[in-house]
Amino acid sequence: MFSDYEVVIGLEVHAELKTKTKVFCSCKNEFGSEPNSNCCPVCVGMPGALPVLSKEAVFLTIKAGLTIGSQISPLAVFERKNYFYPDLAKAYQISQLEKPICVGGGIKLKSGKNIRINRIHLEEDAGKLIHKSEVIGTFIDYNRGGVPLIEMVTEPDISSAEEAVEFLTKYRRNLIFASVADCKMQEGGMRCDVNLSVRKKGDKKLGTRTEMKNLNSFKSVQRAITYEAKRQIEELEKGNAIRQETRKWDDNKNRSFTMRSKEEAEDYRYFPDPDLLPVRISEKTITKAKAELPELSEQKRERYVREFSLPKYDAEILTNELDTALLFEEASRLTNMPKQVSNFIMTYVLAKKKERDNLSVFDVISADNLAYIIKAISTNELTRPNALMLFDMVCFTDKDAKSEAVKSGFISKLSEAELESVVDFLIEQNAQAVKDYKLNQVKVENFFMGQLMKQTKGKADVNKGRTLINEKLQKYKN
Amino acid sequence: MVSLKDITTIKLAEAIKSQQISSEQAVTYYLSNIKKYEHKNAVLEVFEDALLKAKEIDKKIKARESVGALAGVPFIIKDNMLCYGKKCTCASKFMEDFVSPYTATAVDRLLKQDAIVIARANMDEFAMGGSCEHSAFGACLNAVSDSHVSGGSSGGSAVAVALNMCSFALGSDTGGSIRQPASFNGVVGFKPSYGTVSRFGLVAFASSLDQIGPITKTIGDAEFVYSFLSGIDEHDQTTISLPISNSKISSLKGLKIGIIKQVLEIAQNTPNYSHFKKIIDVLKNCGANIQIIDMKEYDLALPAYYIIAPSEVASNLGRFDGIKYTKRAEQAKDIGSVYTLSRTEGFGEEVKRRIMLGNFCLSSGYYDAYYKNAKRVQKLLKNKFDEVFKSVDAIILPTTLGGAFKLNEKTEEPTSMWAEDMFTIFANLAELPAISIPNGKTADGMPLGVQVACKKLDDLKLLKIASLIGGVLNV
Repeated sequence: MFSDYEVVIGLEVHAELKTKTKVFCSCKNEFGSEPNSNCCPVCVGMPGALPVLSKEAVFLTIKAGLTIGSQISPLAVFERKNYFYPDLAKAYQISQLEKPICVGGGIKLKSGKNIRINRIHLEEDAGKLIHKSEVIGTFIDYNRGGVPLIEMVTEPDISSAEEAVEFLTKYRRNLIFASVADCKMQEGGMRCDVNLSVRKKGDKKLGTRTEMKNLNSFKSVQRAITYEAKRQIEELEKGNAIRQETRKWDDNKNRSFTMRSKEEAEDYRYFPDPDLLPVRISEKTITKAKAELPELSEQKRERYVREFSLPKYDAEILTNELDTALLFEEASRLTNMPKQVSNFIMTYVLAKKKERDNLSVFDVISADNLAYIIKAISTNELTRPNALMLFDMVCFTDKDAKSEAVKSGFISKLSEAELESVVDFLIEQNAQAVKDYKLNQVKVENFFMGQLMKQTKGKADVNKGRTLINEKLQKYKN
Repeated sequence: MVSLKDITTIKLAEAIKSQQISSEQAVTYYLSNIKKYEHKNAVLEVFEDALLKAKEIDKKIKARESVGALAGVPFIIKDNMLCYGKKCTCASKFMEDFVSPYTATAVDRLLKQDAIVIARANMDEFAMGGSCEHSAFGACLNAVSDSHVSGGSSGGSAVAVALNMCSFALGSDTGGSIRQPASFNGVVGFKPSYGTVSRFGLVAFASSLDQIGPITKTIGDAEFVYSFLSGIDEHDQTTISLPISNSKISSLKGLKIGIIKQVLEIAQNTPNYSHFKKIIDVLKNCGANIQIIDMKEYDLALPAYYIIAPSEVASNLGRFDGIKYTKRAEQAKDIGSVYTLSRTEGFGEEVKRRIMLGNFCLSSGYYDAYYKNAKRVQKLLKNKFDEVFKSVDAIILPTTLGGAFKLNEKTEEPTSMWAEDMFTIFANLAELPAISIPNGKTADGMPLGVQVACKKLDDLKLLKIASLIGGVLNV
């Protein structure tokens, strides 16, 4: 029965901008501070306080729009969205309705399908309610109140959970690469609402839609869409109508619940905020934003293939996340060995990163340390096993790789004389191997190489050791 | 020794600076009048530190330290302006215990000139009303009669100036709230062009219409105080700077003064029309060129105002919710009852009336018919005034329909109270500067005012023209 239906999805995605200050006052925009420490009369809605628009927030919104090909409005208007809730200090949220900063745009999926974007507008975030079990009552932390938020709204072009996740991944990547937002899902830096309806294949008319709120990870988006599509189809199959309503997704119970029906929907009584003049955005500002826009993921990917001759697959892995790309670029610059850096990152660094949640590759290793390890391998300053051991030692630490290598004796090389005496000793001890030399030179040399490394605990210089073994064994050749 | 009775702000500032009189003496004098006229209920609280501040200023002056232009001059603020560490109640029970966490820019600018704020004045609750009877702390009585209203909403400020409780006072004017009480109490009330005085720290009534201005004894004082109040404020994005005046007006001769036909038609049917007519005759005799202006849009101003202002009120007053700083209803049990009970108990009738009206006008399905149309009317009015001021230098009109009315005369009929704003709201809707100056008395001795208005940002020209008119009226 599911194959008879198609799913129509539109997304509303909120992202907190990476500005220094809040959007309408000069308080710090910072996550994790002491509750109510980043607050002033403006962001706690004191009587008489007035908003002053942050130019930086407008500029970042423009940049966000440019990453998805939006038109930037020459005139943007801020409006008040009125509703009562304790986390909303003024009882209205300054948002945009009729004249948002960015209009239109789109993101192409791998399949070639284009998901059209309706708009991106700038608004302020609300505070946070804190319920404490040990005391009766609720506390409000207004630190987040007034943090700049951009809301991106798509057209109803998405038709599956997979498409939704691919779209969100790309949009998020754009914002991160453009340095517009960090989009840390676990900190609420990016939140998503899903509007979903189903209809019989071939139907022109859209079905009744529901809105799902509170989706804080791509995984919940995926599960919520799957759940809701199934629920709606089952309702219709039972002959029931879909109620237009807002539903709240519960990640733990893996289902959604009715939050409020259309009849209970709030009337937000929008009107232009008289405290803020309409914002004029000049061509000059747009040009500046374009010029400042950094290379995005896809551009980097193409460049890595072009400039460093990396395989497409490698380039894609390296550009999935901004930090990985930046680590790659920096370490490549320091070593001039992009291929080796790429291999090392893909084989070791990314694997390490997976061991712990929510960390950046820079938490795994610094570009300097990575560059040192790669260079040391190539110059034989370190043996490969020692290099990998060193990598393990400096991972997730502030330690300097080179001094760690010295401290651990990885590079305190044996002197020529010491090396010679060890080789002599080994030859003396392994008469049988010496005898076998004339039968299989390579095998025996490798055997002595291994013995040498074992005896010297890896301190022997590979090249010099091999040369020396080769020289000493010459007389047993025949 | 200089007499403090009815001394102008300009003269008082000079006298204090030249040590003919001390700030302490001035403060003591005004405080004694506050005490003397306590029954008028013009003042809600006297600031205890005023005398101390006066002594500090006196010390500085004696020591020949540099002091501001208003050094030692006592003034009173309307109780909707924040002053750090002092209460600000907006004459509302809801805000009875609110202590200002910062200082309003307008107040701060006067304090920077070393003026001394000595009290906060009574007003209609949240500045809504035209009689000062809507104060949660009792009505403020008229300066000349205990049975008449003081006008409003800045009634306390006007009465305080009229009865020498301060040298000057600050009021706020959203639809006539400075000019009407000034007129009712025989003093000068000036509403500057929108945006020339910062609203930061003024508890918002209708943000697009609110403007702080001085209430003074003379037009010269209004100009003097305004010179410190006006200017760009980084905390208020709607502030604009005043262009440098290049007006060379020096006499009424040849000055083009307009009278709006629609105003005249209403004014003709009021008992005090003769007072207004007399001025026109005087102006004509002085050589002014009086022109009648037909402005059909004028009649739409009042209804448009009573849509726009309440709409903004509904939104602006949402923050008074019993959660943060306003009183929470004791019986409130959950979030819903915190809101409804606290707001039901906290707000007075007039405030509730306007909040409900505003929410209606903004609600979906009605927004276009009411709010949007009202904004359209406002635009029409603005355009019309732009055109009018191409052909006249100023317009003149009565400030009010008549003298102050009796207490309780209009409280039962809110719309008749609203109609009191008939001659004042145009200036707020069109963002114009307008000033009310005293113009005689009614038959029963109640003061009357006449109003002059100019083009937006022509505030200095307006003050010049007003002082020329005041000159022939002996203001």
